[in-house]
Amino acid sequence: MTALTKLFRTTTFRLSLTYFALFSAAAIIAIVYLYWNTTVLLSRQLNQTIDAELKGLAEQYQAGGRDQLVRIVAQRSRTPGNSLYLVADRSEKQLAGNLSAVSPQLWDSVGPVEFFYSRPAPGGMEQRLAFANVFRLPGGDRLIVGRDIEDRRELSRLIRSTMLWGLGVMALVGLGGGYWVSRRLLARVDKLSATTRTIMAGDLSRRLPVSGSGDELDRLAESLNLMLGRIEQLMAGMREVSDNIAHDLKTPLNRLRNRVEEALREPPDETTYRAALERTIEEADGLMKTFNALLSIARLEAGAGGDDRDSLNLSAVVGDAAELYEPVAEERGIALKVDLASHLPVRGNRQLLGQAIANLIDNALKYGGVPAAQANGHASEVVVSTSSHDGLAEIAVSDRGPGVPEQERERVLSRFVRLEASRSEPGSGLGLSLVAAVARLHGGTVRLEDNEPGLRVVFSLPLENGAQGAKTAVRPSPGGELRPT
Amino acid sequence: MRVLVIEDDQETAAFLKRALKESGHMAEHAADGEAGLESARANAYDVLIVDRMLPKLDGLDVIKALRTDEIHTPVLILSALGEVDDRVKGLRAGGDDYLTKPYAFSELLARIEVLARRTSPEEGSTRLSVGDLVLDRLSHKVTRAGEAILLQPREFRLLEYLMKHAGQVVTRTMLLENVWDYHFDPQTNVIDVHISRLRSKIDKNFEQPLLHTVRGAGYTIRDSAH
Repeated sequence: MTALTKLFRTTTFRLSLTYFALFSAAAIIAIVYLYWNTTVLLSRQLNQTIDAELKGLAEQYQAGGRDQLVRIVAQRSRTPGNSLYLVADRSEKQLAGNLSAVSPQLWDSVGPVEFFYSRPAPGGMEQRLAFANVFRLPGGDRLIVGRDIEDRRELSRLIRSTMLWGLGVMALVGLGGGYWVSRRLLARVDKLSATTRTIMAGDLSRRLPVSGSGDELDRLAESLNLMLGRIEQLMAGMREVSDNIAHDLKTPLNRLRNRVEEALREPPDETTYRAALERTIEEADGLMKTFNALLSIARLEAGAGGDDRDSLNLSAVVGDAAELYEPVAEERGIALKVDLASHLPVRGNRQLLGQAIANLIDNALKYGGVPAAQANGHASEVVVSTSSHDGLAEIAVSDRGPGVPEQERERVLSRFVRLEASRSEPGSGLGLSLVAAVARLHGGTVRLEDNEPGLRVVFSLPLENGAQGAKTAVRPSPGGELRPT
Repeated sequence: MRVLVIEDDQETAAFLKRALKESGHMAEHAADGEAGLESARANAYDVLIVDRMLPKLDGLDVIKALRTDEIHTPVLILSALGEVDDRVKGLRAGGDDYLTKPYAFSELLARIEVLARRTSPEEGSTRLSVGDLVLDRLSHKVTRAGEAILLQPREFRLLEYLMKHAGQVVTRTMLLENVWDYHFDPQTNVIDVHISRLRSKIDKNFEQPLLHTVRGAGYTIRDSAH
């Protein structure tokens, strides 16, 4: 596509072309109307004047005969002006008047007629246009009374040429202006699309140019820049996830492969094989769990399950989850204390909330066990409580374990982040990020606090009642952000 | 038990057929939705195993068509889609149980055996008994050899589910789904702890244990004297 055809295709240029055509049509109609009316009016006036004069002269002819007419015509002919006269007898011989060399056809015409006549002028004769009326006198003589209308013709010509020039100038200015405006706009659009192409080629850090004029293109560029920012953030998140997957899935996959290889190297023996196969299945199950957790988080962050909500009593949901873990706590010698508010209405997905709370309790039991608590000089105790304030329902799960250093608190909510101290514990490191994703899906938050000593995780989500309804309905932004908003 | 496997992956289907035969069941296979629907209409099966995504006719459509025809053969849906809303869709379409791929064969076997005997006469009765263990569903009382056993509400429901399927293997996931109504996987094996607590209440002071662990599969309650 050449630069010119590109220009012709711009909206601005097409718009200016359309406007130009419309204005030209309007101007032409106006000028033609004016011209037409003026011409008609002038012709009519001229016709009337000539008629009146003819009538007057005819009366003179009747009263004083040919001689008187000739005299008057001769007299009038001598007065300077644009009046034209001619009196001729039956044989078309000129008797008087300032009109000479009339073509023979003229004598036969009746009524008003336009014709050319010659008149002496400086440097010879000149042809001029005349308008006249031919009148047959009763005696067979003819009388022509007319006016020189060369000036009027000149005026018409002037109007016509003005009109053409005007239109020409209009066309030039209109097209030129359209061209200029389109070029300017096209240059900016070209710059925008060039930048977009660079971004598409992979440089996500680039932003579209903003001229600062605040016009519609600027507004568009600003919106697109915001979108690019979001995409860049999402891409960074994706990259982080794939790096983490590479690490946390490849490591166990490698372990699995090593074991199978090792078993194959051993001398063939059913017991060894059986043991190796069983461990392979175990490892595969572990991998599946990690994979499922990753998928769930990804789907939660994309907003899945957000529509499947019921009115729930959060305290009951928490109570059920705590009850599920109660024998586990007892078996490990951990005091699981449950302190629930009577009724906390929320809109939520029981499965997802149940899983999130189960994860929190599971973590607390895992890290806040007896040895860890004793290291802190406390009895091992996990407290699960619910409360409400400021339109929020809050679930708090606290333990007496090692806690999480303040600077690490936000980080542990990300996928796969496991503090070094916990590497030896089983688990995928996805538990808390799943909790964060569930909270975000419910329009809530998760924060980690110091339980002095130990960790206290507070999961809050909006209560279900009138004013809070709108807040609950807020869908999380899909993906990317690893921290709850 | 006569089972129809509607599954498009040949290898999976062959594995299922073989494994089902080894477990003492008769298994037939249909490779797509249309063939599966035809077979299910023409023959009396005890259980259908239907893959969610099938060529020609989708798994859920097969189930819907069967239910429209008033064919109420129990259906286990197999699917790679494991989220809560997917399972709800599957059950709404008329499926009776939902199992997410990848699965352990023991899990699948336990589930179809429970499905096939779903309509056992025990189902509706108010009194369940295994050996000398008796559970009264109306008065919520449990006795063993005439001795009252005190159970917490959840323990009662756990025992009730086990006894309803006495002699059959129930998996941890089945217990979690049916007793707690949780469709996710708690990281710790919480079910084992609940079972051992229940076991200490019903089996501890008795010579003959009733609650057994089935290695690699789950649990079963049965009177081993028989």
